[in-house]
Amino acid sequence: METKAFQKIYTKITQITKATCSLNADGVGYEELALVHGRLAQVVKIQGQSVTLQVFGGTEGIPSNAEVTFYGRPPTLKVSDDLAGRFFNSFGLPIDGGPEVEGDEREIGGPSVNPVRRKQPSELIATGIAGIDLNNTLVTGQKIPFFADPDQPFNQVMAMVALRAKCNKIILGGMGLTNDDYLYFKNVFDNAGVLDRIVSFVNTTEDPPVERLLVPDMALTAAEYFAVDRNEDVLVLLTDMTLYADALSIVSNRMDQIPSKDSMPGSLYSDLAKIYEKAVQFPEGGSITIIAVTTLSGGDITHAIPDNTGYITEGQLFLRRDTDIGKVIIDPFRSLSRLKQLVIGKKTREDHPQVMNTAVRLYADAANARTKLENGFDLTDYDERTLNFAREYSEKLLAIDVNIDIKAMLDTGWELFSTHFRPEEVGMREELVEKYWPKKE
Amino acid sequence: MKENKLTKGKVAGVIANLVMVDVDGPVSQNEICYIMLEDVKLMAEVIKVLEKRAYIQVFESTRGLRVGTDVEFTKGMLEVTLGPGILSRNYDGLQHDLNKMEGVFLQRGDYTSALDDDRMWSFTPVAKKGDPVAAGDWLGEVDENGQPHKIMVPFKFTGKYKVKSVIDKGEYTINETIAVLLDSEEKEVPVTMVQKWPVKVPIKAYKNKPRPFKLLETGVRTMDTLNPIVEGGTGFIPGPFGSGKTVLQHAISKQAEADIVVVAACGERANEVVEIFAEFPEIDDPRTGRKLMERTTIIANTSNMPVAAREASVYTAMTLAEYYRAMGLRVLLLADSTSRWAQALREMSNRMEELPGPDAFPMDLPAIISNFYSRAGYVYLNNGESGSITFIGTVSPAGGNLKEPVTESTKKAARCFYALSQQRADSKRYPAIDPIDSYSKYIEYPELQEYLKKNVGENWVENVLKIKNILIRGKEASEQINILGDDGVPIGYHVDFWKSEVIDFVILQQDAFDEVDRSSPIQRQKYMLEKVLNVYDTGFEFGSFEEVNPYFKRIINEFKQMNFSDYESDRFYKHEKELFNIIDEKKIA
Repeated sequence: METKAFQKIYTKITQITKATCSLNADGVGYEELALVHGRLAQVVKIQGQSVTLQVFGGTEGIPSNAEVTFYGRPPTLKVSDDLAGRFFNSFGLPIDGGPEVEGDEREIGGPSVNPVRRKQPSELIATGIAGIDLNNTLVTGQKIPFFADPDQPFNQVMAMVALRAKCNKIILGGMGLTNDDYLYFKNVFDNAGVLDRIVSFVNTTEDPPVERLLVPDMALTAAEYFAVDRNEDVLVLLTDMTLYADALSIVSNRMDQIPSKDSMPGSLYSDLAKIYEKAVQFPEGGSITIIAVTTLSGGDITHAIPDNTGYITEGQLFLRRDTDIGKVIIDPFRSLSRLKQLVIGKKTREDHPQVMNTAVRLYADAANARTKLENGFDLTDYDERTLNFAREYSEKLLAIDVNIDIKAMLDTGWELFSTHFRPEEVGMREELVEKYWPKKE
Repeated sequence: MKENKLTKGKVAGVIANLVMVDVDGPVSQNEICYIMLEDVKLMAEVIKVLEKRAYIQVFESTRGLRVGTDVEFTKGMLEVTLGPGILSRNYDGLQHDLNKMEGVFLQRGDYTSALDDDRMWSFTPVAKKGDPVAAGDWLGEVDENGQPHKIMVPFKFTGKYKVKSVIDKGEYTINETIAVLLDSEEKEVPVTMVQKWPVKVPIKAYKNKPRPFKLLETGVRTMDTLNPIVEGGTGFIPGPFGSGKTVLQHAISKQAEADIVVVAACGERANEVVEIFAEFPEIDDPRTGRKLMERTTIIANTSNMPVAAREASVYTAMTLAEYYRAMGLRVLLLADSTSRWAQALREMSNRMEELPGPDAFPMDLPAIISNFYSRAGYVYLNNGESGSITFIGTVSPAGGNLKEPVTESTKKAARCFYALSQQRADSKRYPAIDPIDSYSKYIEYPELQEYLKKNVGENWVENVLKIKNILIRGKEASEQINILGDDGVPIGYHVDFWKSEVIDFVILQQDAFDEVDRSSPIQRQKYMLEKVLNVYDTGFEFGSFEEVNPYFKRIINEFKQMNFSDYESDRFYKHEKELFNIIDEKKIA
């Protein structure tokens, strides 16, 4: 990012905190970029003469007479087809040794789509994972996070979903990725031979945390280029949004804002919504789908970050280790895809909604039976059967290593019902039972 | 004010959408002003004044705003434009028509007009020369999508007037003078079909506001039967995410017996609004034979749209509702979600560095919420006709905890409480309204009880109370079974529990996505309630507790098939007959 000639250089900083510094300057625009002591910064507050800058690289070692110059514009990204196959840092600068990308320069964090111009999402994204396709079907234009504890394989599942989904571009926004995970993504995409349709913006744990704040906007600006200018289906992967929110709270804390729940800034909901709502089905055919990761602390979804996320996203995929089968499953109770109603039974077989609901209800019965068992009570015959059903359901459908098509998932569902239950015990629509209940010779 | 000079100012500071302006003249609280950026004007509202400095909240992104930028004040508060053509439109929170905006992306400062200036409306006079009139009185009427849209004496007119003339029946645009009134000093005042009104001020052009007494049918059994809402009533739906708030609100908006529906999508997901945009123009309104969209207005201020306009959006929606109520119509107003509105207040309060109340919300939050809810209600107009605004808001409690400030404040203001339970949602018992925690204060109103006895059934109220008792008893039985074990309790406990499960599966649970089951008229609800009570009143004989569960599952299955069948169809009666057969198997003679 070259600076303009003849620009004014300021050398008198009046205040320095861990994440911000202030100085007196004239004619500065809100959200404008600046360079402080060679580090990028952005205007977050103007009060008369005094301008406060959020320094992305942190303020360590910045002297009070540091040189400060202003760019006269907010952060931008140059977009073109050359973005494909490249790895960038939070500022959109290459980190893969390649040349800078030339193209149209666009402001990041641009305006929202007019809701009346959006199209209703209607294209199913098949992943082969029954915990997703059967119970929590994904649709293009959707935004959905994985809720997972830090020890769960969320990045692996996300990479798997990304590779199986039929989309033109995958854009990875990595925030606070460990170097190992960064290399993992790079390898997986490389081995799958899809590197040419991946664009990555990566902030690793080695980089300053405040830089992360730029990653989602960079990734989504690139996504909007491919989805709007090129009418492509774009899948955006954002991991880990919890670390993004932590960076927000660092900045708001340094600006002396009053924290709300869990020390998060009061604007957390709006801040997250601005990112997630970039997911959209455009009328001309392009789409942006966002799959994110929100790590939890001990499975607690009432913490402000997952809580606000859940209210914004169109569902969540909840990973849990099922000790019965010793595998990670997609928890059918806590997971939800809000947009599944748009496709299940419409783009998929008619029995999809009822098979899905019935299986989950029976799984809930099994959970009750398990409670009884734990409390030392005798189980009824029905209880025993629900437990057997639950084990098989978990193994054959909920586990994340399942990879079958939706028809096979539905057939498996009916097979499990008929193995463990009688038709009147499942309470499904009569016509469906007549048509799909496996006939035993 | 002595002179007509408008106040001007210059930007002195920016923190996100809070802007400080040094002004050269008087400004008032909530006054609207425009920031004159190079190429666009950004609308903003005064929220605090400190000597010569006004603090304004900008309804747009403030990116690129510089100190010294000019600001022009308007003297007016945020107003909506009222007139024919509001129905079936999609507005943003400030009543700009979203469909008129250019391009796929919202451009800041793109302010489109709320109504069409050149559309012709066929006008029929109602008032005659010499009639004494006052604000809100009807002068004439036009047909708006099949609704009698009254043209009224503007609400801003104070005092008494006399009609000098009303234009003849014919086709006119909204800006033509359709009547001339004489004020108390015999001065002529022209009236057109449009008027403006500030959104934060309630429209009070009615005679009185009695206690509401008429059932508002929603087709949702667990509401209509157990905890009914009334025409002109208020209710709220709190629930953690994923518990079905929005699905429930959409169901109510599609099915409720209202003339006009105003939906305020306040700080929620854009795709949910898109769902309304996509579905409502397709769905038939059974009462008018037209499309649902024709009686609906949507105020969309989704979560990614500017925060300050989110706060305005609920007021805009309420004012539009009040306008239609003054025409003697039954208006249903839905706001999803009022928590987002409260959060918008919190964000601003925070930026202004006010001392925070609980959870950093502003101290006056409870007052703001109860003032807003009090604008709903059933009213008698000056001409003796009646109109109503039924308001149902959703609340999104942080962490699903109902002890948070927005839920608690709303609980004090709303008369119906529909608590969505995570537990019910987890086990897919939808709608997840908790039958025991939820309540409707209206069912205690003698006025409503009278109405229900007359219009639904003599024993209706009694039966409903009975059902509630059975549910509580069932819950107690289930707790006992869990503590003592299946064989540690008498068989009767199992029977009590399963009888309450019958109610849960047959009455409470309802499939919002099933063609037939999604909406249940009150007569059908009555029929099913009586059948379910029939089962309850029957004594059954069981050999062991293990027989109880499978037996009642069969009963529930037949009932559910009835719910899935068209009312009074052959299939409906076939399953009913099957049901009787099952009951006879174990019945104590």
